[in-house]
Amino acid sequence: MRAIGIVLAGGNNSRMKELSNKRATAAMPIAGGFRSIDFVLSNMSNSHIQKVAVFTQYNAKSLNEHLNSSKWWDFGRKQGGLYIFTPTTTPENSYWYRGTADAIAQNLGFLKNSHEPYVVIASGDGVYKLDYNKVLEYHIAKKADFTVVTANVKKDDPSRFGVIKTDADGRIVEFEEKPISATSSHVSAGIYIVRRRLLIELIEKSAEEERHDFVKDILIRYKNVKKIYAYQMPNYWSNISSVDSYYRTNMDFLKKDVRDYFFKEYPDIYSKVEDLPPAKYNAGSSVKNSLVSSGCIINGEVENSILFKKVFVGNNCVIKNSVILNDVYIGDNTYIENCIVESRDTIRANTKYVGENGDIRIVVEKNERYAL
Amino acid sequence: MRNVVFLCDLYKKCEKLARISWKLFTFQEIYAILNYIPKIRGDYVIKKEMIAMLLAGGQGSRLGVLTANVAKPAVSFGGKYRIIDFPLSNCINSGVDTVGVLTQYQPLRLNTHIGIGIPWDLDRNVGGVSILPPYEKSTSSEWYTGTANAIYQNLRYMEGYNPDYVLILGGDHIYKMDYEVMLDFHKANHADVTLATIPVPMEEASRFGVVITDDKKQIQEFEEKPEHPRSNLASMGIYIFSWPVLKEALLKLKDQPACDFGKHIIPYCHEKGQRIFAYEYNGYWKDVGTLGSYWESNMELIDLIPVFNLYEEFWKIYTRADKIPPQYIAAGATVDKAIIGEGTEIYGEVHNSVIGSGVTIEKGAVVRDSIIMSSTVVGENTIIDKAIVAENVQIGSGCRLGTGEEVPNRMRPDVYAFGLVTIGEDSVIPSNVEIGKNTAISGETEKSDYPDGKLAGGETLIKVGER
Repeated sequence: MRAIGIVLAGGNNSRMKELSNKRATAAMPIAGGFRSIDFVLSNMSNSHIQKVAVFTQYNAKSLNEHLNSSKWWDFGRKQGGLYIFTPTTTPENSYWYRGTADAIAQNLGFLKNSHEPYVVIASGDGVYKLDYNKVLEYHIAKKADFTVVTANVKKDDPSRFGVIKTDADGRIVEFEEKPISATSSHVSAGIYIVRRRLLIELIEKSAEEERHDFVKDILIRYKNVKKIYAYQMPNYWSNISSVDSYYRTNMDFLKKDVRDYFFKEYPDIYSKVEDLPPAKYNAGSSVKNSLVSSGCIINGEVENSILFKKVFVGNNCVIKNSVILNDVYIGDNTYIENCIVESRDTIRANTKYVGENGDIRIVVEKNERYAL
Repeated sequence: MRNVVFLCDLYKKCEKLARISWKLFTFQEIYAILNYIPKIRGDYVIKKEMIAMLLAGGQGSRLGVLTANVAKPAVSFGGKYRIIDFPLSNCINSGVDTVGVLTQYQPLRLNTHIGIGIPWDLDRNVGGVSILPPYEKSTSSEWYTGTANAIYQNLRYMEGYNPDYVLILGGDHIYKMDYEVMLDFHKANHADVTLATIPVPMEEASRFGVVITDDKKQIQEFEEKPEHPRSNLASMGIYIFSWPVLKEALLKLKDQPACDFGKHIIPYCHEKGQRIFAYEYNGYWKDVGTLGSYWESNMELIDLIPVFNLYEEFWKIYTRADKIPPQYIAAGATVDKAIIGEGTEIYGEVHNSVIGSGVTIEKGAVVRDSIIMSSTVVGENTIIDKAIVAENVQIGSGCRLGTGEEVPNRMRPDVYAFGLVTIGEDSVIPSNVEIGKNTAISGETEKSDYPDGKLAGGETLIKVGER
């Protein structure tokens, strides 16, 4: 492909509540075996983008651990590869990344030293499958300066996103970031294509003017001067920037069409392989309409739930409508409903956790775990 | 490793001091220099203390249609593994990072599975895994005619690593074993050869090759399938040889037809009076050579606390994972005592079974006491009892597998026994057929292949591949 990739994975989101204490949004576990950054990295790899930079900043420990080898996404190569850029101090600069544009500006060498004519910029918190080549074809056909991939949000509140209005040709005429009240359900999916030289030019200019946000200070600021086109996301797209949307995105994978689209249709989504044994269902277990990952051992009852890797469910437990993140130990006779249980939790026996009034309760329990 | 450091230091010392006087060297050092200087390339010589040679060329004909197109070590096991994953994982967990895998029979699946050894961390700059098929030589070309012959034909591979010890492994057992402990035992006894042995019940000992040892575990006698065994220590087919001993024996017996470790090399070493020791292993070890033992050892994995526990953090078993997505258990499904692999979707019932990855079990289907391997589809309302279904099989709807009385198989009663239905990989079974016990099916079968929609017990239906 004639593009390099940039993944913006530095962000934090207060709407993720306690879940973001542990990790950046890009490292949020999704659908049992994946993390949200796997989707963008797999899309890049499947679109034959060979050189990808990931910008990390907020709470990147978990993310860096996940990215400890680039081979899972086929980036472990001599041509290109996976580059991880965490803020560093230099003689000229001692700032953190003050915004997405600043993050690119601080690593402008990556752009300058590449030779590919285009850049695909994508955020690390989207759950979707997309061939960026198709977007690039559109970008070239429209002779656009920028192409923004857009999606329609029906269930979500559009005012969490950048709301977009286009003309008949697809050119963006209005672009408002997180408006108080949204006038359209057409929102930016946080995926952009731009010519590399143009990006360098605009980033350098913004840096001089002390402007640091890519959307606000480049896209929105230049939308009447530059030709910015919208490319409609053809299929499923979800963004996990709040506890609700995170829960709902996970639950979407209980639907057959979503599962088939992501897991059975070409191309695959890749992730780090953890070599866990297959899931084990002991006598007395009952599992209904649920996703179960490898390494799980189930003795109790599980319904309408997502169990991530290496979850242990004790005898007579009841787990309903919940998301149990990886490596959770649930003692006997526990009742869990409408919850998200944080990873590596140990839930005591004979306890009850229920998210009430349609709210999703986040359970963080750091109890002593005895050797199993 | 210690040897490399020793030699590097020594080489530097040579450079500095050789001009002054040879008297500065100890006898041991001079001996090492004389031995190694021709092999020193650049600054150091490639050196591995112990390398492993894994014999993976056998067909395993007693597994019937399961090994029609794949070598036995590449047969699936336990929902996501292949049999060869066990010795390979044991190697890397024991610190043996140089493994030669000798292939011969139907190696395609094995080759793609192993690749460059990434799943086992055996992709190394020096060493790692190498696949060693038989090859043409300038003067002759022959297949591997026996286990020791295969090793003999790869003498150059072993010499390249300059080992002190060579570990010989088979690719057809399920076990977790620390070869380093066995090596320590070998060293402590100053042994020339060490055999891994396992105590078996005395009444079963007559089925194995047993060894008779003295109280220091030195082997005095061998007995192959003795009628009245005098010992219950059975050989596991795992050997550690001191390299010079192995090399000498292989060269000496190079013209022996079908040269075999158990039949020729070990007896030769024994006659020569070399020190042969029996290392006693006390853990789970299962030969999966027959369909019955293969089925049984799979079923043992689903016990509440299995004897062979895959869920321990310590001593992980690694494998190439093609699929990562979680498995889905539908609202109307029942899963009771089972292990299930990644990406499988269950809409029907599963009892007491081992299900591989990417399998679909449709609504109304019932799978009991069976092994279903990867990517197989079981159609609606099909009932399967006690079957082994290989990879990528399509079973239609409304079928019944494993019905009726047990009748011995007419074609190969020794293989297709144990009351099992065995279905080879890539087979197709049409809808609404009934299949009896002790049967085998392979290939794309059609309705017309089943008289009255039935394959009676003891029958064999093979449309492609070898019998």
